[in-house]
Amino acid sequence: MARRHNRVVALLGWAATWVLLAAALLLLAWLPGWWLPALLGPLALWLYATRSGRQARAATQLGIATIPQRLGSSAVVVVGIAGVVGVLVALLAMGAGFAATLNQGGSDDTAIVLRAGAQAELNSVISRDTVEIISELPQVQRGAAGRPIASGELVVVAALPKRSTGLDANVEVRGVGERAWELRPALRIINGRKFTPGLRELIVGRRAREQFRGIDVGSSLKLNGQLWQVVGEFEAHDASDSDLWGDVEVVGPTYRRGSSRTSVTVKLTEPGAFEAFRAQLATDPRLNVDVKTTRAYYSEQSANLTRLITGLGNAIGVIMGIGAVFGALNSMYAAVATRTREISTLRAVGFRAAPVVASVMLETMLLALLGGALGAGIAWLLFDHYTASTLGANFTQIVFAFRVTPELLWRGIKWALAMGMLGGLFPALRAARHSVTEGLREL
Amino acid sequence: MKYWQLIRAALLRHKVRTLFTLLSVVAAFLLFGLLDSVRGAFAGAGSSVAGLNRLVTVSKISFTLQLPKSLLEPIRAVPGVADVTYANWFGGIYQDPKNFFPNEAVAANFLDAYPEWQFTPAARAAFRSTRTGAVVGAALARQFNWKVGDRIPLQATIFPQKNGSNTWTLDLVGIFHVTDERQKAQEKLLLFNWDYFDEARAFGAGNVGWYVVRVADAAAADRVAQAIDALSANSDHETKTQSERAFQLAFVSQFGDIGLIVGAIMAAVFFTLILLTGNTMAQAVRERVPELAILKTIGFTSGSVLGLVLAESVLLLVLGGVAGIVLAGAVAKGLTATLGIILPPIVSSLAVWTRSLGVMVLIGVIVGALPAYRGLRLRVVDALAGR
Repeated sequence: MARRHNRVVALLGWAATWVLLAAALLLLAWLPGWWLPALLGPLALWLYATRSGRQARAATQLGIATIPQRLGSSAVVVVGIAGVVGVLVALLAMGAGFAATLNQGGSDDTAIVLRAGAQAELNSVISRDTVEIISELPQVQRGAAGRPIASGELVVVAALPKRSTGLDANVEVRGVGERAWELRPALRIINGRKFTPGLRELIVGRRAREQFRGIDVGSSLKLNGQLWQVVGEFEAHDASDSDLWGDVEVVGPTYRRGSSRTSVTVKLTEPGAFEAFRAQLATDPRLNVDVKTTRAYYSEQSANLTRLITGLGNAIGVIMGIGAVFGALNSMYAAVATRTREISTLRAVGFRAAPVVASVMLETMLLALLGGALGAGIAWLLFDHYTASTLGANFTQIVFAFRVTPELLWRGIKWALAMGMLGGLFPALRAARHSVTEGLREL
Repeated sequence: MKYWQLIRAALLRHKVRTLFTLLSVVAAFLLFGLLDSVRGAFAGAGSSVAGLNRLVTVSKISFTLQLPKSLLEPIRAVPGVADVTYANWFGGIYQDPKNFFPNEAVAANFLDAYPEWQFTPAARAAFRSTRTGAVVGAALARQFNWKVGDRIPLQATIFPQKNGSNTWTLDLVGIFHVTDERQKAQEKLLLFNWDYFDEARAFGAGNVGWYVVRVADAAAADRVAQAIDALSANSDHETKTQSERAFQLAFVSQFGDIGLIVGAIMAAVFFTLILLTGNTMAQAVRERVPELAILKTIGFTSGSVLGLVLAESVLLLVLGGVAGIVLAGAVAKGLTATLGIILPPIVSSLAVWTRSLGVMVLIGVIVGALPAYRGLRLRVVDALAGR
């Protein structure tokens, strides 16, 4: 009976350890960036300025020198942690890339107006009169010849085959007027020319051309039974790279949308004019619209997916991380076991417990650092600028490139060190607690 | 079974190491179970046998464009068509955009096209007779604590009402259940009466989002689909008709290559796992070389020594793997309860068990093979001498 009781206690103990490990892993990886330097400073001071620190250094060097004798189990620490960090960094880079692509297109001094409640351009309808009223508001900046920089645009959808799968996917076709160019100063034609107003001509975003078949410059495609020519390719380094652009006066009739628009984008006289602009739109009885700065509009669109991917990345990272920590624990226990005699000898010639603990932990963290760097490096090599696409708010494909930012690499390294710290702690304590006399007798 | 004692002794020889290895195997298969289920959720959209005789007709340009309702009777007249119904995406929001769920306005006979949705006869009748009537899936009703008789206000994103209002108030008249576990995600649907939608919307009246065509004979589906598309050929509203399964697969694939992402993560997880358990097994066998030599001395063949080591590693993987899958099932249940994410069943699915048991045994054999081979080649004299 007592034995069974003990077993239950032991089992509960293990369960508690697991939960604790998960919590500690999260905590360590979540701490702000300064915890590492804050820890490293005193550590370096201790290692170089005190007697026990010098002992720890010597013991660590000894440990590292014996790594070639147990390459297999050291590799487990390195590869295990590299796997976790690689997956984590790659997933987070996907979220970061999507957010960056959308956020590039937003700014504080341009505003987008949609029909009230529409949430996304595809759902919105705005009449020509409304476009006129909005364009004439005093907060809208005036460009050449005193005309307002306001662009009523029409977003419609075409189904085109993707290069990768051959399956039809939705592409955004955006009808624009002549003011659209002034609102997007970053946009450049990189191949061919702009479309001629009044003709059935399209220009394609660079990302869209890479993803979809049959829209290279010079080719022609059918939209609603009519033949359109692709005459140019553009690049703006934001979400519009996934679009096809044509003259709004031609796109409208093709899609039987008449003269209605889906949105109005305006350039404000200054960012501070937004509140006044919004107030004016809200109080005008002829209008029933919502307005946001383009920065707010695009960051809202990316927020959901980015949150999902970040949550997913962290959850997968924690589960994989727990697995890797147990692997590291195994390896380091084995390492300490094979070096029992060595460590006992050190203790016998006067090394204290603290330097021995420190040396095992330093060794594990060094291996972890190597693993973290390896994982982050592989993720960077494979996935930086890797392009993928997903459905955006307009039910159309948004093409984006993964971004492995320095911040993400740093986060990966932090995770690696946290895992190394956990994986090294218990074996280090075991090494220090081992009886010296028994250890010396061991083979 | 006569070797059971030996295998048990080998695993319990180093309890902490076995436990740690077991726990990392548990973690790996917890991930395997969850990711496999996510993949299943996306693939499952098109895997129902129930929908084999249904075709979906949408605008050829893009399914976001509407079709005229005047196509209804011509489609019904196509030989081989048993019934046709129609629906329109509504895209309404309940309280907060974060509470997303699909909601559609559907024709009165739409529910008949989906026999897998189980209603009480009263609910079916009430949906036909209540102008502002709506039905929802059981999962959605649970999520928002809705009961029959409740009034549900939806904020329109696409369709304001003629009177300028953006709020559509619906009367909940029925809740449906789906028995097929893989199709449980359909319980997140809200459907409401077409007549209310078409009369009250500010624009677009007389147009439908898509037609759902039931064919009498699933084998003739392709021919029927071509005949339907021929009806509108060269008009300004050409259609594209395909099986419901093909339509759903194409739609799901637009979210991105879920299979590729899930596959890449699994590969990373299992590569790490193989290395980790492989190392443990190698360690375990290395320590026991003299013992294995003794076994061979007292008459064990090389084959049975090989078998012993393999059995040990496979057992380790299967123990941890089963625990991991069971844990994944619990986590998926928790996700459904807290976040309303519906994943296909994990623990009760035969397919998941066959796949994961296959992976467990395969990895068990891979990580056991090298150390076992060493045991096989053992020269007894050397081993006993500790060389």
